[in-house]
Order: sequence, then structure tokens, then C-alpha cells
Amino acid sequence: MERPLTKNIQPGRPPFALKEYEQAGGYQSVRKALGSMTPGEVTQLVKDSNLRGRGGAGFSTGMKWSFVPMGDDAPRPKYLVVNGDEMEPGTFKDRVLLEGDPHQLIEAVILASYAIQADVCYVFIRREYVLATRLVNQAIAEAYQGGWIGENIQGSGYSLEVHVHSSAGRYMCGEETGLLNALEGKRVTPRAKPPFPQVSGLWGKPTIVQNVETLCNLPHIVNNGVAWYKSLSVTGEGGTKLFGVSGKVKRPGCWELPVGIPMRELLEEHAGGMRDGVRFRGVLPGGASTDFLVEEHLDTPMDVASIAKAGSRLGTGTMIVLDDKTCPVGMLWNLEHFFAQESCGWCTPCREGLPYTEKILWAFEEGQGKAEDLDVLSKHVRFLGPGLTFCALAPGAMAPLGSGLKHFRGDFEKHLEQKGCPWRS
Amino acid sequence: MAKIFVENQAHEVDSKKNLLEVCLSLGYDIPYFCWHPALGSVGACRQCAVKQFRDENDKQGKLVMSCMTPADDGSRISIHDEEAREFRESIVEWLMTNHPHDCPVCDEGGECHLQDMTVMTGHTYRDYRFPKRTFENQYLGPFLNHEMNRCIECYRCVRYYREYAGGRDLNVFASRNRVYFGRHEDGVLENEFSGNLVEICPTGVFTDKTLKKHYTRKWDLQMAPSLCVHCAAGCNITPGERYGTVRRIVNRYNHHVNGYFLCDRGRFGYEFVNAPERIREPQMRGHGGTLAPVQKQAALGAVAQMLETPEKVIGIGSPRASIESNYALRELVGEEHFYSGVSETERRLTARAIEILRTGPARTPSLVEIEAADAVLILGEDVTQTAPRLALGLRQAALNAPREKAKKIGIPQWHDAALREVIQAEHGPFFIASAAGSRLDEVATATLRAAPNEVARFGFAVAHALDSASPQPSNLSADMQQLAQKAAEALKQAQRPLIVAGVSCGSMAIVEAAANVAAALCRPEAPAHLAIVLPECNSMGLGLLAPRSLDEAAEAVRSGAAETVIVLENDLFRRMGRAEAEALLQGAKAVVAIDHLLNDTTGRAAIVFPASTFAEGDGTLVSHEGRAQGFVQLAGATGSVQESWRWLREISLAAGHHRMADWLNVTEVRTAIADGLKIFAGLESVTPPGSFRIAGQKIPRAPHRYSGRTAMLANISVHEPKPPEDPDSPLSFSMEGYPGMPPASVNPFFWAPSWNSIQSTAKFQEEVGGELRGGDPGLRLLEPPAAADPQYHSDAPADPAQPNGEWLAVPLHHIFGSEELSILSPAIAERAPKPYVALHPEDAGALNLAEGTEAEVRINGSTQRLPVKLAPDMARGLAGIPAGLPQTKSLQLPAWSRITKLP
Repeated sequence: MERPLTKNIQPGRPPFALKEYEQAGGYQSVRKALGSMTPGEVTQLVKDSNLRGRGGAGFSTGMKWSFVPMGDDAPRPKYLVVNGDEMEPGTFKDRVLLEGDPHQLIEAVILASYAIQADVCYVFIRREYVLATRLVNQAIAEAYQGGWIGENIQGSGYSLEVHVHSSAGRYMCGEETGLLNALEGKRVTPRAKPPFPQVSGLWGKPTIVQNVETLCNLPHIVNNGVAWYKSLSVTGEGGTKLFGVSGKVKRPGCWELPVGIPMRELLEEHAGGMRDGVRFRGVLPGGASTDFLVEEHLDTPMDVASIAKAGSRLGTGTMIVLDDKTCPVGMLWNLEHFFAQESCGWCTPCREGLPYTEKILWAFEEGQGKAEDLDVLSKHVRFLGPGLTFCALAPGAMAPLGSGLKHFRGDFEKHLEQKGCPWRS
Repeated sequence: MAKIFVENQAHEVDSKKNLLEVCLSLGYDIPYFCWHPALGSVGACRQCAVKQFRDENDKQGKLVMSCMTPADDGSRISIHDEEAREFRESIVEWLMTNHPHDCPVCDEGGECHLQDMTVMTGHTYRDYRFPKRTFENQYLGPFLNHEMNRCIECYRCVRYYREYAGGRDLNVFASRNRVYFGRHEDGVLENEFSGNLVEICPTGVFTDKTLKKHYTRKWDLQMAPSLCVHCAAGCNITPGERYGTVRRIVNRYNHHVNGYFLCDRGRFGYEFVNAPERIREPQMRGHGGTLAPVQKQAALGAVAQMLETPEKVIGIGSPRASIESNYALRELVGEEHFYSGVSETERRLTARAIEILRTGPARTPSLVEIEAADAVLILGEDVTQTAPRLALGLRQAALNAPREKAKKIGIPQWHDAALREVIQAEHGPFFIASAAGSRLDEVATATLRAAPNEVARFGFAVAHALDSASPQPSNLSADMQQLAQKAAEALKQAQRPLIVAGVSCGSMAIVEAAANVAAALCRPEAPAHLAIVLPECNSMGLGLLAPRSLDEAAEAVRSGAAETVIVLENDLFRRMGRAEAEALLQGAKAVVAIDHLLNDTTGRAAIVFPASTFAEGDGTLVSHEGRAQGFVQLAGATGSVQESWRWLREISLAAGHHRMADWLNVTEVRTAIADGLKIFAGLESVTPPGSFRIAGQKIPRAPHRYSGRTAMLANISVHEPKPPEDPDSPLSFSMEGYPGMPPASVNPFFWAPSWNSIQSTAKFQEEVGGELRGGDPGLRLLEPPAAADPQYHSDAPADPAQPNGEWLAVPLHHIFGSEELSILSPAIAERAPKPYVALHPEDAGALNLAEGTEAEVRINGSTQRLPVKLAPDMARGLAGIPAGLPQTKSLQLPAWSRITKLP
């Protein structure tokens, strides 16, 4: 089984320095792309590979790039922004890539920047990822020295500046337009789309915002081609992906596996199954802002289309497992507490609606819940949905709540009957 | 155009607008908060959701925010859709989770957009049972009250204050449901347009602090269509009155003038009307030499006696009195005895400005045209201080060039959020040449700091660069030459270039330079606009009456040719040096003053008549645009107060003349003026006559909910007094009358069913943000002939040598303080500066002066002790003196001065 994304990563060992990375075949894709491919050809290759964004939305990467204005009259400078603000609860995959193989990211950055003819790249890293920030900065310095970034890269005539920006830390920074505002030194509120960042992004200029893991696929696609890339997956979506499991499982962790492996395999073989004494009740398959899936869904392949069909989202591919010794209402309260706190305060439903749900869920936990509250929660699920709020934060927050109300309704009712949380004693 | 369907009804609408705008224009009610016609759409509040359908077969539809959805051809929407209605109700429910429901004690109550929208969405019962968040409120200065707990986080305040008005010291802090709108710490809100927050805020977070001191609900106010009297911009206002005092001013939308906004001087300067210095009865100087109230007939008789030798009587007009009053004085004393009430410099400058604007080729722009300019050159005028509302318009003009760019990448002009991201900090071509720094510098492409004469020479250089037929100034520095070239190129490329100058720095050369630039720019395909800022509310009107110079009046008194001086609404100590004013007033055998306030001039008069202010009288003012607009009496006058033109008519009658006998109402006076002077043709139409009726009814000044009229004075007498007569306008002093929409020029307030707040303005417009139904008030008097050839003003001034050891003292104007009437309002007085002398730090260093040290400043023989203010953005060699403060009002600037350090 090939592990292109993590092949250079060994837990406990520092990441490759430039020389080691080059010896392991690093930066070959840059030579190839800058030497023998036009930017358009790189974009086409990525489009053909069917690479989909690994940040949560699962949008076609090549398609996204194709909206960037190209040619001499395109506005300048153009930007590539790496989204390394990994703040989705339960998600820790980009961290593995940032800390484990920073040169792989830089190699990918050059490819993506070349494809859209970006002049500057900002690597936006989550506040708490102190080690990652240090390692990426180190790698950037090496790459400048090695002539992989900077003026006239490897004599190709193409130039690129790369900077690291350590975030001040908000969940909203992970939303691509919120991230752009943060980079500009503004409040982290989302921007209206359209116009999309490809047309009017950072400082009003064409910009591509791309997740760390998505980018890390690029060198391998360029090196090995589309057919190879597509052959990596179990199902038709192509490639490998970093999957993570947290919760009361025997071996929580993060693994690079073919896209499309069944959820059960991930849970039972790689995470070692549930801890002794607890039973599986449900799972948020792609981070905190995805819908609960339950027992009946365990054979679903872990790819964008299959998980969507099952009623949830692949999201970041990092699952949070709920067990029978944990109160689902309490878990939902915890999640909504997080989302309410992370709301930027821009649009009404999110700013006022999320704290409302949080307060109701806490009321259930405290034995103050009312039967009518379930309708109020359902209304929030309905009216904090996609398109009704300004960005995807609130719809994401409603995914576990909506599915939780469906799958764990009995637990809510138990809270009402027992005037408190049955899991508390 | 686009065809859209609302509830399956087809409508033709403008496809360049969004669905919310077009639906409001069509008369549909859609609730909204974050959208504002002047601020555009950002999609924050989600209140304006409607259901949109793909086509007629789509029964499902999806909810969209109407403010963020273009009115594309074929759009199908439903406002009444059940899901849309339910969603909109939920939005208000969410907003209310933290709103304190304190309407009964809130100043916004009764004209609150939040109340209106809440009722409109149908949200009546509250499920929310958890604690509300609370905030601390801030002290924001004398104008505004802050109550953050009422905030519904629509973000309009910061968008308006920061992005529209260029303020820095109001911001949004924190996040989630703790977002806070205020300053970083308690303190006076600095921006000159902060008062608009009262109307921008949809609820009671920002309310009028001056109103709070004598609070009255909107429904209890008697209101009238009026005009701001604190500068020459001609902003339309709605003052409100109860119990004989003016309680507050709010904006009165006029598409071509002030749009939705006023400046803080205009909004908060009204309290001079209520000032204790008001004169309410005729007064005569008795034997003891003090003024004492007398019977009207006695005062009239005394003046009539003076008029027995008419050739010995002269009249001095006023730039703050109406056309009617100035004209009446001119009629009384005769054209050859009618003198200007402004300094000789200002009179000459005004006359030249009028001549330039009448002959063209450049037109004088309305404010809406100023806002549309795509390249701006300002010569010598600090517009923010002298005609503030213009500065707000110019700030928007600076964004027009980058807005055009945004259009090219498909961003609609209403999409404020996207526009701001694309435009970032970019501005269009905007050049300022002036003696000192100004608030508009931050939007300028380049600024030039120079003495007025140099500013003029720069202007001449720009004109010459545009057209070599325009004279060239000599010995221009290379830097200035280069900047002139750059400005000329930018102006030439513009579609709607605008030149702004003014008379405030007293330089004829600047006015002529501006005229040359505008003339050189004028091409048939791209007409240039030329705005010349005049100082007072009727400076233009007075100028159009072509009065003789005030210096000549002084000479007539000195020579004995004139014995009686009738001074109309004027303090001559603001118009000439103290000694000259004393000489004129003491030299005359008798001074008759007609004014509303006690001042240095009325204090030296033998007879004083109490004149009405804008609040108690009718008349016409001509803005510096050349727009004649009528103002209508707000409340019945107390005592013997009446319009000056009525006093002058009575004086004339008492003297046995009958020329003005027919002037029984303002329309008769306007007709006489229009007949007498061609330039005023059509003046009688600025407001409908007093006989005008709709469906046989008058127009009520008070809203239909006006309470307690019959009981208001019951503590004095149980008999309700008869409301005052108003022969001048079709408005009644009552809540009774025609309940519908009156013509805009006599519309006393904006109020519509379901729309109690000022957001009801939309119901009075042809389309949202457009002209008022039936046409905006105002009659433009100055239209240059269509194809006028450029006439260049002769010689550019030479570079003058600085007299040895002297400093050119230039006036620095202050929005708060430099204007005569507004400074009598306590809130404005609090914001006025103390007198100072401003020097460039290096100049101050050369004089061995530091910030705050006292200097002796000798100007025209008078000596002032003034603290030094270091001004790094002043031109070298100049001394800036605040203009028009009570302590500096008699200084005639610019003038050469000597500055020495006090030991």
C-alpha cells in the first residue's frame, strides 16, 4: 500500500532537512513542472486527477484554479494562501504534514503557485501549532537558500515569495474568506461570495486558498501522473487521505489510507475498535461540523460521495466516536458551546442562534429542559442551514445537532423524564 | 431593465439594483436592518429573506437575502411565502434575545426601526427564557448618548462611521454575541458627521444627547420643512418643536442636496433658537443709555421719523438673513443705499464667484453631482470646516474611480461588502492644495501645502497644463510644476471632473485659478463642475442682490452722507475690524438693528426689532450651489418676534410708504422679488402658497398621534388657545389636516404607515435613494449658457516676497466654533477650540516658541495673546488663527502679522 503523503514521515524523528528531502526525490515535481509544463497544463493535470479539497468542502481543486484570471492583463500580485488553521474539533491531520514533512508542503506550494502564476504565498498556520510554524519557517529558509523559492526559481524565470503567518487564533480563520480578512489584519468575518477569492481575494487580488493536505498531493500527481493517482483509492475518487479517529477507541490516531476504505476498517483495524467496556453509538465522520452516522452506516466507504449519500460529510476525514458511556446531549452541548464561542458575530442566526441552542442543551443537562425546546432546537437546525447564514459555520454547527436530534431523540426525552442527565450520578 | 415577478406579479425594474431595493421602490414592505440606501448591502442581519424560485414550475424555491440578490431579469420571488415569513420572524426573535425591551424609557421609542420591523415580522411572543447579556455604556461627548444593551449588531454604525464618513474612533470589538460597538475607551466621538448615527442606528444605541435635555417623542413634535442656517450648503432639515422650544433637528432627505446625512454643526447647532440672548420684544435705548422693551408702535414710529430724510438712511444686509428680508431692506432704503453685510473682500469674491458661475462654461454642481465626481481638485478651501456636508460627499467621490474598476470584474455597485474588499485603500484622483492640513488629506492622491497665493499659482499652472491658452504663472518650482502636470492629466482623463474652491481664505486669485481650471477642462463630452464654497446660509442670495460694499457704507457714515443705519440680522463686528465697526456704529446718528440675538451690534443700536430665526419664520435661502430653497415656520412665534421682512414692511408702512403694502405673505414677497430681479425668476414657486390645499385640507405640522394639544396649556388656562395663523404656508399648527403625502417642499416630516422611523423616507421617494416624489425642493438660479467658451482670468499672480519678519496670518476655520449662531448651542460650544496661533514647528522653532507657549500676535494694529499650536501640516511662513471665534471674530484675515514670544 502506497503512502505518498506520509512516506517521509516517521513519528519521533525530525522532518527531512532540504538535503535529505532532495535525496528522497523531493522537488523533482518542481523541476518537471517549471521545466516542461505550462501553468495551464499543471491546472489541467490537477483537474484530471480529480483531486478534491481536503479541508472539508471537497471541491475540485483544478476547477477552483481555473477561475483565476490568467494572462498579462490579470490583476497583480496574485496570491496562494495555504490554509493551515486546523481548528476543526477532532482534526489533527494537517499538523502531521506540517510537522512531519514541511518541504513537501513547500514543493506543493510552488506547483500550485506556478499553476495560477501567483507572486506571493502566505502559509497561514494555527496559533497553537508552534512547532509546525518553526519547522515550516526553517524549511522556507532552506528552500530560499536552495533556490527553490525566491527570484527566478531554478532558472525558470518564475519567481515566488513565501511567508508564514501565525494566526491569532479563531475557528473562523479556517473559513477561507475569514482567513483572508485575518491576513489583512481585519476582523475575522467571512466575505460574501461571489466575488470568489479567485477573482477578488487577498487585498482584492486573485487568490487561491488551499488546505495543507490538498496541496501535499500535488508533487505526487505531477511526478506520477493521473492514472497512478487514481489507482491509489479503493473507490473511484482517487488518491490517499489522512484519516483520524478520536474518542474512546483503543488506538486513537491518524493514518494515511486509500480514499474509500470502509469506515468499519478504519475504526476496527486501524483504531483498534472500541475500548473495553464501552460500546459504539455513533460517529461524526469528518470533524465536529458533520452529521452523526450510526451503526448501520459503518460499512460506508470513506469518500466524499459515499459519506454524503449516507447523510453526512467526509469533511476533514477525521472522525469523533461517541460511545454509550458518554451523554450525547452533553456532547452536543460541548460542541455547540464551541461553535457559539467561535461565531464571529457577523450574521444574526449564527451570533444569536448558536448561544440559544447552547443554553437549551445546557438546560437539558441541568434538568431545566422543556418538551417545547425540542421544537426550538429543530427550528434552529432548519434556519441555521446552508444559505440562510452568511457562511458555513452555523450550518456546520447544526449538522451534529440535527442528526443528534434524529438519532438520539430518546436520550433527550430521558433528560426530560429524569429532570437531568442520566449519565451524571 | 429587468422583468421580475413578485408574488407572481410582473414588474419592470432596474437590473442594476438588488431585490430589496427594487421591492421597496415598488412599495412592498420587506424588513431589513443592515442594508441602508446610502451604505449598500453586506448581508449581515439576514432580515430581508425572501423565497426565490427558479422558474414558474419551481414550487419549492429557496430562501435568499433580497439585499444580496441582484434583480436579474426573470427573477421570481415571494415575500409572503410562509417559510420566508417564519424565517424573518425568527431573525427578530434572535435579535430580541438580547434586546432589553426598554422602549418606554428609550429615546428611540416611537420612531424606532427595530420596533417597526418587529411588528412587521409578526414576532410578538417570546420563547427565550435565559439571561440577556449586558454591556457598559460609554461617554461619547456632548452630541450622542450611548446605550449598547439595545444593540442588535447590524453593523451599520461602524460601516457608516468608518467607511462612509472616514471616522477612526468608533469600532466593533470582541466577537460572537458579545460584539461591542463603541470607542476603545470613553471619549468624544471625533468625526464631524457623528450625529448621523442617530438615524443610522436602527434602534436606541446612539441617540441625540441634546434632545435628551428637553426630550419629546417624535409623535409629540411639531415639525416643518426647514433649512440649515449654519453654512451655505443648503441642507434640508426637519426641526421639531414643543412648548415653544426647538427640541432637535433630523435630516430631511433631498436627493440633490444632503441626501441622508447632515453634519454635526447642522444637527446640533440649533439651540441658539432657545438661547437666553434671544430678543423677543422691540427695544429702544432710553435716557440711561440702556435698551428697554417698548411698545411696537413706539419703535416703529421712531424709525418712521428717521425715514423722513430717506437720503440719509442706509441699510446693511446680511448673508444669514433670507432673500425676502434682504430684498425688503433694499426696497425700504433704495438700491443705492443698500450695502453688503459682509467684509469687502468677501463681497468682491462672492460677486466674482457669481459672475464665474453665471457665465460658465463650468456648471455649479449639486451635492449629488459632487458625489458622482471621478476626479477632484480642491484649491484653498478646507471644506470639512466651511461646508462640511460637501466634504462627506467628496469622500464618496474619491471612491468612484476604484468603483469603476470593481464594475469591470462584475461587482454590482450595491454590493458594499465586495466593493470594499476590491477597493481596499484605493482612491481615485484627488488633489488638495491648501495652507493647512485637512481631514480630506487622507483620501488625497497628493497634497500641496502653500500660502493662498501659491495655491492660486498652482491652480493657474494646472489650468495652463490643460490648455496653453490659460495664463501661466511665473517662476513655479519644479515640484509644483510636476504636481500641476499630474493633476491636470488626472482631471483630463476623468469623465466627471470637479474643481472645488471657496472664499474662506480671502483670495481672489484662488477663485480665478479654480475658474480657469474648470474652464480649461470643459468639453462637450465631459462637462466639468466648479463648486465655489461661500461662507453663510444666504451668502449667495445676498450676493445676487448685488449690494454695495460695506467699506462704502462706513465711508457714507464717516462723511455724514448717512445718518441712520439699519442693520439687518448682522453683527458688524464679524465683518470688519473692531475699530472700523465701532466707528461705523458710533458714527451714525442712529442705528436700527433687526436681529434675533443680542450681540455687539444690537448692543450699540438705538432701536432693536426682534427677528425670527428659521424656526419662527418663512423665507428663502440660496445655497452656494445657487439653489433657492424655502423654509417654513416651525412654531408660532412668541412675543413680537416676526420675520425681518415683516418688520421692514411695517417700518415702511409706518413711514407712509406703500411699496410693500401688498406683502401680506411670503409668496407675495417672492413674487415681488421675481418680478424685480430677473435672476430670481420663478422664486414664488419654491414652496406652494398659503392658499394651497390638498382635498381642501391643510398639511398638518404635527403627526396624527400628537398628544395633549388640548391639555398642553391647561395648567394656565382650560381654554385651548386658537392655533396661530399661518398666511405663508399651507401647513397647519395642528395634527389635523391632509393625512397623505404632501409636495416635498412642504413635507413637514417623514412618516408612513408601518414606518415610524426616518427609514420611512423610502416611501417618499420615486425609487429608493432617488428623487422625492413630485420632485425635490429647490430652484437652481445659476445655469451657464449651454455652449459657453472658456473665458480665462487674466494674469496669474506673481510670487510675492515675504515682508521682512512678518508672517501671513491665515484664517483656519472650525466646524465647531467658526460659525456665529451654532456656537451659542452648548454642545457645539463644548467642541469649539480655544483661540491659538498655529505655526509650522520649524517656524515656531525659529521664533523660539514651543507648543503651548504664549505669543504676542499683532495684526492690523490689534494685539492678541495666543498660545502656540504646532501644526506640522501647515505651510511654512504662515500663522494660522482660528476664524470666527468670539475672541477672533473681528480679525480680518489674511493679513500680515508680527509674532513675538512673550517674556
